[in-house]
Amino acid sequence: MTQDERQNFFKGMAFLSPWIVGFAVFTAIPIGLSLYYSFCDYSLTVERRAPLWIGLDNYRQLIHDTLFWKSLANTLYYAAMALPAGLLVSLGLALMLNANIRGQSVYRTIIFLPSLVPAIASAMVWLWMYNTQFGLFNYLLGKLHLPPVGWLGERMAMPSLALMSVWGVGNTVIIYLAGLQDVPRELLEAAEIDGAGPWRRMFSVTLPFLTPVIFFNLVMGIIGTFSVFTVPYIMTQGGPNNATYFFTYFNYDEAFKFLHMGYASAIAWIQLVITLALTAIAFWTAKKWVHYG
Amino acid sequence: MTAAVPNRKSYAGRMRSPWSAMSVHLGLICVCVGYLLPFAWMVSTSLKTLEHTSDVPPTFIPHPWQPQNYVKVFTHPTFHAVLFTRNTLIIAILTVFGTTLSSAIVAYGFARIPFRGRGILFAIMLATIMIPFPVVMVSTFRIFRWMDIHTTAWLGPGNPLQMLGTFKPLWLPAWFGSAFNIFLLRQFFMTLPKELSEAAKIDGCSEWAIFWRVILPLAKPALAVVALFSFMYVWNDYLAPLVYIQRPDQYTLALGLEAFQNKQGGTDWTLLMAASILVCLPTLILFFLAQRTFIEGIATTGGK
Repeated sequence: MTQDERQNFFKGMAFLSPWIVGFAVFTAIPIGLSLYYSFCDYSLTVERRAPLWIGLDNYRQLIHDTLFWKSLANTLYYAAMALPAGLLVSLGLALMLNANIRGQSVYRTIIFLPSLVPAIASAMVWLWMYNTQFGLFNYLLGKLHLPPVGWLGERMAMPSLALMSVWGVGNTVIIYLAGLQDVPRELLEAAEIDGAGPWRRMFSVTLPFLTPVIFFNLVMGIIGTFSVFTVPYIMTQGGPNNATYFFTYFNYDEAFKFLHMGYASAIAWIQLVITLALTAIAFWTAKKWVHYG
Repeated sequence: MTAAVPNRKSYAGRMRSPWSAMSVHLGLICVCVGYLLPFAWMVSTSLKTLEHTSDVPPTFIPHPWQPQNYVKVFTHPTFHAVLFTRNTLIIAILTVFGTTLSSAIVAYGFARIPFRGRGILFAIMLATIMIPFPVVMVSTFRIFRWMDIHTTAWLGPGNPLQMLGTFKPLWLPAWFGSAFNIFLLRQFFMTLPKELSEAAKIDGCSEWAIFWRVILPLAKPALAVVALFSFMYVWNDYLAPLVYIQRPDQYTLALGLEAFQNKQGGTDWTLLMAASILVCLPTLILFFLAQRTFIEGIATTGGK
């Protein structure tokens, strides 16, 4: 290392030091502990029981656990609906909310409003809207002379939760809106002079400039959908018949309901690996479609 | 130094004909009606009497009208509005201040100091966003307990370093930077021209002075975003308080809302909704007033 390199290294480390300390205490040690627990029989049901090393037994048991596969499939199913729907709807909303029209801040506030409602309250409101007998959705269907739908029944519950998630895309919209402020106006003006219409300008100028933001939202979306917990916990308790039993829920039950810390740690570790793998895939494809202006 | 054209109103936002403005209005009104519907139901329920909350068919206009629900929220025997607001504010202010400052420091290191190992450390930091919550929660709880056992042995019970039973487990981790905020600020710092730092260096500024006097003032909008985002997050956070708060007098607002949910069934919908609306009012007003700063702050206003 040259003098400069060494100096930069120490400066960099100094600026990173808060994160390095925090990373060690609040992330690395807890994660390391849970990796160790995942190889242990560690149940808190027995008083003062120390973790007992059992090797890969927890992981072996997981492979034969139908709930594990069910919750994994559920989470992927939800992600397949909620992720693209959320990304597209929020992009469309952001494009409209970027228009310089009267009442812009009112529209923006309304779209962001759901993101501000406490989780208990929004779960309760949607529980009522989805109710088969006196819910709003079936009431509106009745008005249109359509048969009622079992919104939170086994078949529809997951799409219903995905629909509800679209209601809460405010944060994603904000990030898109921010990205739209960065599209250089000179380029759009040049495109217009060259005769490009509004759609052409959107697809050839705006969207390419927005790809880093789309990518950011995609990565945050992958992480978010794999951590879905509060809404199914309050609304459906994972039911009916485990139709909304998410991966994190499975983890939570094993950890806090059955106090199987070792087993839960193995679940958490698999979740971590899956999320990392999906994000890695996203990063790998990014080379082909993300343009850094 | 920078050929920055202030990009206040982005080009894409300019409307050419009244017709295109009309169609955007039309589209937005349709969407907004859908987005407002659940919220409108909250408002309507909050003004109803309890027996009218499950009417078939549903009624939107409360009859009889009962605005007293909002007064009842403040006199409820287990929902202590003032106390819970105070608790939430203490946690929120300490968290917002801590996370904004520490994330900015770390983000500066990642964005503007080239050093060996930076790439891998940045990848590790990004990966930490993906860590499943329950695992970290359980082991972090254990670490706090371990710290308490040791500080109690040294300093006696009830010492100022005591973690569990205080608000510290909720705000202290924020002082070590949060991965999401570091990422956001790093992206912003990267867009500021290198020449800024180089010029300051020639003028004899230390790295800290460049950060504190040159970069941070330019980053005010981005810092505002981080502060607002984390404020809104803490204000409504449910799980962390659920795990760390033990005494009812330490409840936050989001946690306190449970008071209206009867464990034996029979939620008091009217009061739950009235209280929920009151709880989201401060963040709602904040967002309405700050939305432009908010959006421009995430945008890299530093110039292209």
